[in-house]
Amino acid sequence: MRLKKTSVGRRNFLKGAAAGAAAIVAKPAVTRAQQQAEARRAPVPGAASKEAESGAVSVDVQTCDHPGADYMVDVLKSLGFEYIFSNPGSSFRGLHESVVNYGGNKAPEFITCCHEESATAMAHGYGKVEGKPASVFAHGTVGLQHAAMAIYNAYCDRAPVYVIVGNSLDATQRRPGVEWDHSVQDAAAMVRDYVKWDDTPLSLTHFGESAVRAYKIAMTPPTMPVLVVADGDLQEAEMPDRAKLRVPKLTLAAPPQGDSAAVAETARLLVAAENPVIVADRAARTPAGMKLLVELAESLQAPVIDQGGRMNFPTRHPLNHTDRARALVANADVILGLELTDFWGTVNIYRDQQERTSRRGTKAGAKLISITSGDLYLKSNYQDFQRYPEVDLAIAADAEATLPSLIEAVKRLITADRKRALQDRGAKLATARAEALERARTEASYAWDASPITTARLSAEVWAQIKDKDWSLVSQPNFASNWPLRLWNFDKHYQFIGGSGGAGEGYGSPAAAGAALANRKHGRLSVAIQNDGDLMYSNGVLWTLAHHKIPILSVMHNNRAYHQEVMHLQRMANRHQRGITTAATGTTITDPNIDYAMLARSMGVHGEGPVTDPKDLGPAIRRALDAVGHGQPALVDVVTQPR
Amino acid sequence: MRRLVLLTVIAPVLVFSQTKGDTGGNAANGKKFFTSYGCWQCHGYEGQGGAAGPRIAPRPISLAALTTYVRHPTGQMPPFTSKVVPDSDLVDIHAYLRSVREPPAVKNIPLLNQ
Repeated sequence: MRLKKTSVGRRNFLKGAAAGAAAIVAKPAVTRAQQQAEARRAPVPGAASKEAESGAVSVDVQTCDHPGADYMVDVLKSLGFEYIFSNPGSSFRGLHESVVNYGGNKAPEFITCCHEESATAMAHGYGKVEGKPASVFAHGTVGLQHAAMAIYNAYCDRAPVYVIVGNSLDATQRRPGVEWDHSVQDAAAMVRDYVKWDDTPLSLTHFGESAVRAYKIAMTPPTMPVLVVADGDLQEAEMPDRAKLRVPKLTLAAPPQGDSAAVAETARLLVAAENPVIVADRAARTPAGMKLLVELAESLQAPVIDQGGRMNFPTRHPLNHTDRARALVANADVILGLELTDFWGTVNIYRDQQERTSRRGTKAGAKLISITSGDLYLKSNYQDFQRYPEVDLAIAADAEATLPSLIEAVKRLITADRKRALQDRGAKLATARAEALERARTEASYAWDASPITTARLSAEVWAQIKDKDWSLVSQPNFASNWPLRLWNFDKHYQFIGGSGGAGEGYGSPAAAGAALANRKHGRLSVAIQNDGDLMYSNGVLWTLAHHKIPILSVMHNNRAYHQEVMHLQRMANRHQRGITTAATGTTITDPNIDYAMLARSMGVHGEGPVTDPKDLGPAIRRALDAVGHGQPALVDVVTQPR
Repeated sequence: MRRLVLLTVIAPVLVFSQTKGDTGGNAANGKKFFTSYGCWQCHGYEGQGGAAGPRIAPRPISLAALTTYVRHPTGQMPPFTSKVVPDSDLVDIHAYLRSVREPPAVKNIPLLNQ
């Protein structure tokens, strides 16, 4: 539609150009300067153009007052999107322009990203703080291929991300050349294995329904990414009849609750158990989930192991026994797993030696109960579903939605005698928890003054300066030995956002940025412990932080390596009994060392470091926080121990 | 997260009691071996430990126990056979681990009391 009605047409264009050239040639003799000036002047319109301007003949339509993309923006606004994370691309130029000029670039606002993987990871991080998805615009083929890794991370993390892909489906309407390279028969095919649902609407009404349906599907547990294709012609063509177009109503599905009989049996087993253990991974989808889990644990006086997929349980709660996970599992008679990614790995002990072996990590007769929406939706190709867990009771339901009925059933079963026994157990657990915190502090003290700086020292230095603020840790500190989770006092849902899901590098810095953007309007201080290898996948996000004035304190855990791979290479060399001193080859980020503070400053971010002396760390963090307090992003490069 | 939890939990908790008589070895050489053989990768440059490996200094296990363990580890640690790490180097590494200074008491570190 774009070409057949609006183009001047190659034949007419050539005729006009020839006429213009002839007119110049026919002019009387002029000075050389005049000739040069004439050459610089805009070409004289051709005959066809003159006819078009005068209206003397039938002309192609070259403007459009109500492009289809305006309707698409109406739909996006109705879904409540605050932001669109994107790297610009011509396959969605119509939609992009409508967001800016029709939608006023507000709700949603276009956030300029330097890579589609970063754009998608920003949406991932945003969604985990805000509890609802952000949208990503991705260019057909090339943009979506860039975004694919981050979509996979979100899929593995069961996080809703809403991807819109531009594409030009009608081959007769494509611009010659690059647009063909950037068009595809079935755009979603390349990511279909790891999105929950996708569609390629063929009309605006179809787009409206699919867009709303996609949102509903993304938000129904298990939450996951979805994808809708916005065809280029639909975006750019005049709406056929705006009055007939309406935005469908969104009604989110109530999340599925566990079967009542199965919930009652779970309650019976938990109340009767002498050593029940609750294990939570992606259990608390919302702040309410965290409160419910506390209520269940306190009702039972049962210890909780938080595997950290979400902010499930306050870290300093007397019943948080994450530090004692293996011992608790080994001694448990009932284990309740809530939205576990890997129940098998939770109850088995696996050895990565030449002969890979595993053994059961629970005592005989221990009852395993699973509540997970993972049992409701599973795909085949990608293997993130882990080894088959042999549980005794499997409840296919959303854990958070099931907790109220489970708590009620548990409370009904607790007699006065049982309550006294549970309180005794709780008192012992509280003592053990206090001892575990002291143990963690003692462990943190080792190599306290070492250089490179320990991750424990780094975490303690950061905590000292944020603990009295309204903070949010927007990174996963697993490569920093989880010290923040061991030393800091997390008691709010937004204070931790879990991990990447798929362990794909390049998630950390953009997810932190997206989460920080979500935190900005709440006035929270966003803090990230940023791994160096991860930042080098996605350092363009530093520019996005500066450009959009997203305040965040990013403290580098700069061990100058892809350290997980250092250890893997070491393992292989040891196993093969050769070259055990070569683990740095291909796994380290040295020679030259990267100056991350300079990198940050080059993109408009406040930069400190590299800090190598632990005594310098506190003042550097203080200066960076001052910048963050003025609404800026700031980075402190800390040269650290490996883990 | 999962992978890390596995490493954290399964890593053997070594008993840190030094056996009398463990007095030999060259600590300076041991520090070099500790680095070149990659011990620091999981245990940290001062053997302080972390998510990937337990603390092994100061006050390491006895040289005999250390030697037995690194030759035939029972947890996640990869084996360091005598083909790649001679016993004499382990003696020096053990000397280095013994030489690591005790940290300040936790009560004297304000940052760990908050």
